Amino acid sequence: MNPKRNREEKLFRILMVAALVLVFASLAGIILVVAMKGLASLNLSMIIETPKGGYYLGKEGGIANAIVGSLYLVTGATILAFLISLPVALALQKEYIGRRAAAITRLVLDILWGTPSIVYGAFGFVIMVYLGIRASLLGGIIVLTLLMIPIMARAMDEAVRLVPFELKEMAYAMGATRVETTLAVVFRQALPGICTGVILAFGRGIGDAASILFTAGYTDEIPTSLMDPVASLPLAVFFQAGTPVPEVQARAFAAALILLAIVIIVNLIARLLGWRFSKHIVR
Amino acid sequence: MMPSGNKQFIISRLSGGRRIREALALVSGRLVLILINALALLIFCGLLWKAAPLFGIISVSDWLFSSSWHPMKNQFGLFPFIVGTVSVTLLAMIIAVPVCLGAAIYLSEYAGRRFREIARWLIDILAGIPSVIYGLCGVLVIVPFVAFLGELMGSTTTGYSLLAGGLVLAVMVIPFIISISVEVLRMVPDPLRECALALGATRWETVKYVVLKKAKRGLLAAVVLGFARAFGETMAVLMVVGNVAQVPVSLFDPAYPLPALIANNYGEVMSIPLYDAALMSAALILMLVVGAFSLTAHYTLLKIGETVDS
Repeated sequence: MNPKRNREEKLFRILMVAALVLVFASLAGIILVVAMKGLASLNLSMIIETPKGGYYLGKEGGIANAIVGSLYLVTGATILAFLISLPVALALQKEYIGRRAAAITRLVLDILWGTPSIVYGAFGFVIMVYLGIRASLLGGIIVLTLLMIPIMARAMDEAVRLVPFELKEMAYAMGATRVETTLAVVFRQALPGICTGVILAFGRGIGDAASILFTAGYTDEIPTSLMDPVASLPLAVFFQAGTPVPEVQARAFAAALILLAIVIIVNLIARLLGWRFSKHIVR
Repeated sequence: MMPSGNKQFIISRLSGGRRIREALALVSGRLVLILINALALLIFCGLLWKAAPLFGIISVSDWLFSSSWHPMKNQFGLFPFIVGTVSVTLLAMIIAVPVCLGAAIYLSEYAGRRFREIARWLIDILAGIPSVIYGLCGVLVIVPFVAFLGELMGSTTTGYSLLAGGLVLAVMVIPFIISISVEVLRMVPDPLRECALALGATRWETVKYVVLKKAKRGLLAAVVLGFARAFGETMAVLMVVGNVAQVPVSLFDPAYPLPALIANNYGEVMSIPLYDAALMSAALILMLVVGAFSLTAHYTLLKIGETVDS
């Protein structure tokens, strides 16, 4: 082969490998930095205690308020978003709705998907002021639900669309109605994709800080009602990183480590479910 | 082969319970779809409604192109913030795009299937890392690095700068752009590659003359979507970019992007009447720009789907 062509081939291959290595190095770097700095200040009382007096000056306590708060917020929002997203994804099938309307709705979902979370936060705040709700668990759940709907609905829609039409035709040929087919055939076939969508949205929701910055508030207590303000992990990271006290800054990394662990575990679960459930799927 | 629309289904022949259930499902299906579309409209109109009072006081050109940001004196020139957002995003894209293209081409064209699956999974994990964590690592690693770099270049900087924001943002959007790009590249049919290889092209030549030509639009869409993503990113940038309301003139100057402006000031808006409207107008700009970019991207993405099929 012509040496010049050979050189070009080699040069670009090296550049591409370098780019890929850079990407993996940044992933490894982030995990290592967070793990090493986080493990140094992570201990049991960080996880099971709420902040005590003087916590933000480096005294005793933990971030149980943020862990529980985040779980409350995201669990609530996941359930609400699921209740809206699943019907949306199923109703987008071509038996229910014309092609034009479906295309427009998908486009709207794509735009909502890309809308920055700070915009959801600002909009959520407007709605809350309008309704007279203060920064609270309820407000945070509402905003996170809005944020998660497009993520979940689009992922579910993709899964539903992958169900082969022949399969549905068999059900229709036996006299099943659209609802019966949707529930008995499409839902089961799309189940792995639906689960993945839910988990994906959960992961996105739990890490989002900008949307709940002014809608959920922050507190040292674990909330007892929907109207209480609530702490959350991403904001615990953010606020602690912003304090001047070194001990508290170090604890930001502990909070970040917990958050990172949750996100990665959620991702793993999504993968495993995808493999597990897809055994009995007709393609 | 498949019925389009729903004309083939005749509800009236169904008996009692089945008929009711079917009708109920149809109605509720329509309702949720209307709800979703209404929601998007509501978000847009809500922001517009809250931002509207601002334009009774200042002109659109003052709003977009004036540099005087003095909420106390009712001066709301967003220019420094717009420049901040655009420059930090452009910087991030300049850093990210070559890396993304290289990594995506390698994964799609050179790597084996198994390696590609594992790599995509790792990239998914990277994409799922919350932005505060990127910000935190940025403060710890990138800010001191930029400060050091600034010292070498002879400019005094704290490190909290445009460059730091661009670097952190680049790391954030890279996995996002890669995963779309790999998908786009995989959509190019294999026979095309085989033709080029059979003609004696090297792998790189196949990529350069065949695959990239075919995937051009899709890759552009991936970059545009990445731009839209980076444009609205808040927390990570906010933590490293310095947040000084001025038009940055060098890479080592601090900047103040629009999302950071909203996030930093929203708590205190109630005290100054038009402040609220000004911040809402910033959110509106974000939504419009990002919406326009995603529209363009999906339009071009759709186009590539058509050409590849044919």
